[in-house]
Amino acid sequence: MADKQNLWHEFKKGLWQDIPPFRLVLGTCPTLAVTNSVINGVAMGLATLFVLLTSNITVSLLRKIVPGQVRIAAYVVIIALYVTVADMFLAAMFPPISKALGPYVPLIVVNCIILGRAEAFAQKNPLMPSIMDALGMGIGFTMSLAVMGVIRELFGFGSIMDIKLLGDWFEPWIVMILPGGAFIVFGFLVALVNYLSRKKAETICH
Amino acid sequence: MKLILIFISASLINNFVLTYFLGICPFLGVSNKTENALNMGLATTFVMTLTAAVTWPIYTYILVKFNVPFLEYVAFIIAIAALVQLVEMYIRKSSPAIYRAMGIYLPLITTNCAVLGLALFMVLRDYNYIESIIFGFGTGAGFTLAMLMMSGIREELEFADVPPMFQGVSITLIIAGMMALAFMGFAGLIRG
Repeated sequence: MADKQNLWHEFKKGLWQDIPPFRLVLGTCPTLAVTNSVINGVAMGLATLFVLLTSNITVSLLRKIVPGQVRIAAYVVIIALYVTVADMFLAAMFPPISKALGPYVPLIVVNCIILGRAEAFAQKNPLMPSIMDALGMGIGFTMSLAVMGVIRELFGFGSIMDIKLLGDWFEPWIVMILPGGAFIVFGFLVALVNYLSRKKAETICH
Repeated sequence: MKLILIFISASLINNFVLTYFLGICPFLGVSNKTENALNMGLATTFVMTLTAAVTWPIYTYILVKFNVPFLEYVAFIIAIAALVQLVEMYIRKSSPAIYRAMGIYLPLITTNCAVLGLALFMVLRDYNYIESIIFGFGTGAGFTLAMLMMSGIREELEFADVPPMFQGVSITLIIAGMMALAFMGFAGLIRG
């Protein structure tokens, strides 16, 4: 029973308490780069989830075999392997998405979330908690990208998932799909998460 | 002429930090003091130029020749990690003064996505050897420039009255957004 609660905790912490881009400020490159539309953001999130899950499983299983001195190099090679798989899968099954994401799929290799979870969690924990940790972090990351994507696509194009929501009266905010808009939206979301979690912490204290 | 265009494009117009969002981690993490920002920028520029010089032959003469270009991610990341390690060892032996200034930043560069991004863009755009090296150097120069500007603003920001929920990462990101908008002004430099 306690075990189950523990697993649930590992899963849950990635969803809010340690939600990757906003709280840990990890994996910022893809958060900013591919969120000009919802589809791109979600595709990127799922690709990252896949790599995170597979690399966490591998690292966790190999944790007693890999010598400490070369562990980072070993993790990077493991991650690069799975990223290659994800990249080829996207290119074969969803060519337009693969094209839109461009070099940001291979750049998952150096996404700090994945190396960070391997180093901070999977190498010290057995298989099941590592899987839950990867799922939680991956889903939290996907949700964050989706939120960024919704905001930027809605204001930048007046649509969500290519479905036009705002009528002709709406003048698209070009800034939202430009790099500057990405930084600013991200900045405001970090502030919002700070605000909400501070409020939550206060209510718990009082 | 093309080389100059590549340099200007890599450093100003398509600045890696502000238009491709590569190298955000050090950009946010190490930009609180001008001195640190400058050292990090110089170390990164050095590694980027070397990376371009090393990964181009690896891609052209090994991966393409043996028809295994899908191994590029694994090959590049290993090459970069090895390169950073060698540079660190060399600097530690040859000049302890530089090592003290740059040393702690070198391991961080391995996971700087701008370095891997550089190698990937280099392949994507079919640069030749000289162009790749110039591209690497220009990208590094642009990174240093962005780091320096950010650190300058952040040093001033310490005296500003920022609302509590915007403090830290949040305000830094918003400033970066404004810098990115300002950098768009450079887009008129090159036509076509």
